[in-house]
Amino acid sequence: MKLLGLFNYWVFAVLLMIGLYTLISKQNLVKKMLALAIFQSAVFLFFITMSKIEGGTAPIFRAGAGEQVFSNPLPQVLILTAIVVGISTMALGLAIVVRLYEEYGTIEDDEILAMDRNA
Amino acid sequence: MITSLLIGIFLLSLLVVTALAIVRASDLFSAVMLSGIYSLLMALNFFLLDAADVALTEAAVGAGVATVLQLAALRMAPATEARHRRARGLAVAVVVVSTLLMIYASFGQPTLGDPQAPPQQHVAPWYIEKTPELVDIPNIVSAVLASFRGYDTLGEVFVVLTAGIGVMFLLGGGRGKPFRGLDSQGEDGLQEHLILKVVARILIPFILLFGFFIQFHGEYSPGGGFQAGALLVAGLILYALIRGERRALAVIPPRVLLWLSAGGAFLYGSVGVAGMLLGGEFLNYSVLASDSIAGQHLGILVIELGVGMTVTGVLLSIFHAFAARD
Amino acid sequence: MTLSDHLPVLQVIVPLLAAPLVILLRNGFLAWLASLLTSLCALGLGSQLTATVLAHGPQHYHVGGWAPPFGISLSVDAFSALLVLLISGASCLALAGGRLSLRRDIDNRRAPMFYGAWLIAVAGLSGIAVAGDAFNVFVFMEISSLATYILIAGGRDRRALSAVFKYLIIGTIGATFYLIGVGFIYMMTGTLNFDDMAVRLEGVIETRPVVIAAGFITIGLALKAAIFPLHVWLPRAYTYAPNAVTVFIAACSTKVALYVLLRFNFAVFHGNLLGHSELFSAFVIPLALSGILIASLVAVYQTNLKKLLAFSSVAQVGYIALAAGLTSASGLLAAMLHMFNHALAKGSLFLCVAAFALVSGDTSLKRLQGIGRRMPWTMGAFVIAGLSLIGVPGTAGFISKWYLIVAALEFGQVGFLLVAAIVVSSLMAVAYLWHFVEGAYYGTPPAGESSPMEVSLPLRCLIWVAALSNIFFGLFPQLPLALARSGTSALLQGGLY
Repeated sequence: MKLLGLFNYWVFAVLLMIGLYTLISKQNLVKKMLALAIFQSAVFLFFITMSKIEGGTAPIFRAGAGEQVFSNPLPQVLILTAIVVGISTMALGLAIVVRLYEEYGTIEDDEILAMDRNA
Repeated sequence: MITSLLIGIFLLSLLVVTALAIVRASDLFSAVMLSGIYSLLMALNFFLLDAADVALTEAAVGAGVATVLQLAALRMAPATEARHRRARGLAVAVVVVSTLLMIYASFGQPTLGDPQAPPQQHVAPWYIEKTPELVDIPNIVSAVLASFRGYDTLGEVFVVLTAGIGVMFLLGGGRGKPFRGLDSQGEDGLQEHLILKVVARILIPFILLFGFFIQFHGEYSPGGGFQAGALLVAGLILYALIRGERRALAVIPPRVLLWLSAGGAFLYGSVGVAGMLLGGEFLNYSVLASDSIAGQHLGILVIELGVGMTVTGVLLSIFHAFAARD
Repeated sequence: MTLSDHLPVLQVIVPLLAAPLVILLRNGFLAWLASLLTSLCALGLGSQLTATVLAHGPQHYHVGGWAPPFGISLSVDAFSALLVLLISGASCLALAGGRLSLRRDIDNRRAPMFYGAWLIAVAGLSGIAVAGDAFNVFVFMEISSLATYILIAGGRDRRALSAVFKYLIIGTIGATFYLIGVGFIYMMTGTLNFDDMAVRLEGVIETRPVVIAAGFITIGLALKAAIFPLHVWLPRAYTYAPNAVTVFIAACSTKVALYVLLRFNFAVFHGNLLGHSELFSAFVIPLALSGILIASLVAVYQTNLKKLLAFSSVAQVGYIALAAGLTSASGLLAAMLHMFNHALAKGSLFLCVAAFALVSGDTSLKRLQGIGRRMPWTMGAFVIAGLSLIGVPGTAGFISKWYLIVAALEFGQVGFLLVAAIVVSSLMAVAYLWHFVEGAYYGTPPAGESSPMEVSLPLRCLIWVAALSNIFFGLFPQLPLALARSGTSALLQGGLY
């Protein structure tokens, strides 16, 4: 049971590293942006896992529901902000990718680097 | 309890599989669609973990807005990844060692759902206990987001505005370069597809209505300005796809979008400054009305409106900036 | 509440709220003027804040009226005040001195967006410097990073785009690592407030997650601060950014990451993690040393003046990290002093580079041959700032090198080795600067470009004010010393917030 309770954190570690590995090893810039999204979403999972309380419900008071156990609202608030930060980074990153394609005619990092070196 | 735990483990395993599929897919269109699925799975997980607001946002943002932007970018760039053969031994080693380290560290961590864990002890119970008394809105997440940590949310709105500024700076739009590339196909949109047209016509009013509901009902149920903005934008993007870019831009011109983006962020800040002028701290809503609860309600209503305005304006500007570029 | 009570938050919201107004302007000149006036206003507020901190000690502000740890608090001590001065000062200098060069780089229609991003960057960096809450730091870090990416992407060369994409990826990894670290600490303490963290960490028996947190935070911020070998984004980003942007970011952006790094390691971990000092030293000192030596060596072989100075920045970040890695009071004092003095020197140097580029059109050493004879005034200022970068007595750079050497000698047997490395790298600084100065004075200018051609008088005056400030703070180092002393004691005592 104790081990199963840590499963979420293992998935967090695995997703984080899948994202990081892809960021390092893949050359395609769109792929890198997708990997960045996986990388960031791993952290979302990490925080939301922390907020869960056994037998709890979403932290919203309901009329006439009596005594309730609420899961922790704070990590949820933080992750709402982090999701918004993530999509903002995604939008800016993709705009840069589009401009890079217009300037270089490719979205492969190594080819761009080679062109920069020859310039 | 054990069932939900097992469902969670099943969903998380699917998540890992999907992530690996995204990484391996060399067709970028498939990768983008898989990313959408990944986000929906993530949202389901959040829902299981009692984070309704976060689940709604992840679904709207990850599976909605992000997918649209990625597809828009792929419209202009090659959709297949070049094949590479290179030694990745070092990267694999670093990543495997780090994963094992983090799993090793996890054995010192509190387990899922442990009510005695430190995060559930200190600050969080205070929010749950004091929200009815100090802010008096049912959704505690909204209360923390808009009031207790309203300064972070102000920052979040400015992150969105900055992204909008960046995309407009790089790709045009706003008052920068005029939108270009409104070719014949873009003009007509997907008008000739009858089924799409009819379905969209039915859907769009409901999407917009739901967006407004989320905007003004966020204190009572999951939602708020950000989710509302994302939904409104989804409805308007659907309109742009069906009726064509030009019609969509005629309905809401870029200049209006720019004013909406800047105005929302400024409105949020102004509420904070109003608090200062009335003798409180920045973003202190309690001084906005004679009764501190009424002041909190007023402040939260106005800042959520600011969030909604900026998110709608920025996301739509970003969509148009991508869509108009060929 | 009086206006002076609001100073900490005004420092952030004045530039922040000016930004949406600036992007609505239709004219590039007006947008520039509004940004300059806002930056001057921020500098005025910053000076006022610094005076208040020096007179009355650290200032606290509860945003929204909610007391910490429930609400977000701002906490300003002398170290934060030093950063605030650097940020607003660098912004004023870069905007005032960079008007012509920015007009060349950014076309009039896109200029309002650009200046909006500039003000958001100023607000974001200031927001980090005054924050008292770990998650709030993350939010403002992202604000300032996104805005900085936009500023760099304004460069005319297409290589600005590839440089900024790399910076975006690495910057986001750094910020995400920081967020993971904060998450681990939250998991063990239940709080996000720096001061509260320091108190509650004491009671944490299981330290494995805390050690992991320290690792993530240190590596994440080292990425942002460009500590060798995590500096790979910096040289190209500095080189291909618009010249005026380089003046601004070279003076303050890595320093803000270093600030958070020091704040976390000393105010939060230092007293609570057993053996943290040794671990931190063992991690930072080797990296700092190799950064100082290797980056200086690489700088010697550069063919572009901006890239040369960018590698020099990597070496200088190494000095600051080395000083901090000594984990002593005198080390921290030297680190803070060097942040200030290096910002002075690098800001002035890059401002001169911007002026050279106005005349020669490009910053490759080949094109800059003979520039010293064509632009004697600007070149004179460059030499003065260069002397400060080397650390010649009488300049500001000497003061911080002196304190650094004193701190290194206190560090036991390896102290002498550290001093030797500092001396060697200072000689290397002479070499890489001479590499440019020699050609500038004695080289033959490119054909048809030998007539003297200085930049406008107001710009020359500004350049000289910047250069002379290096001498001024070398002869009268009271202000940075007072800030660094007070900042060091606040950092080491803890319980600041």
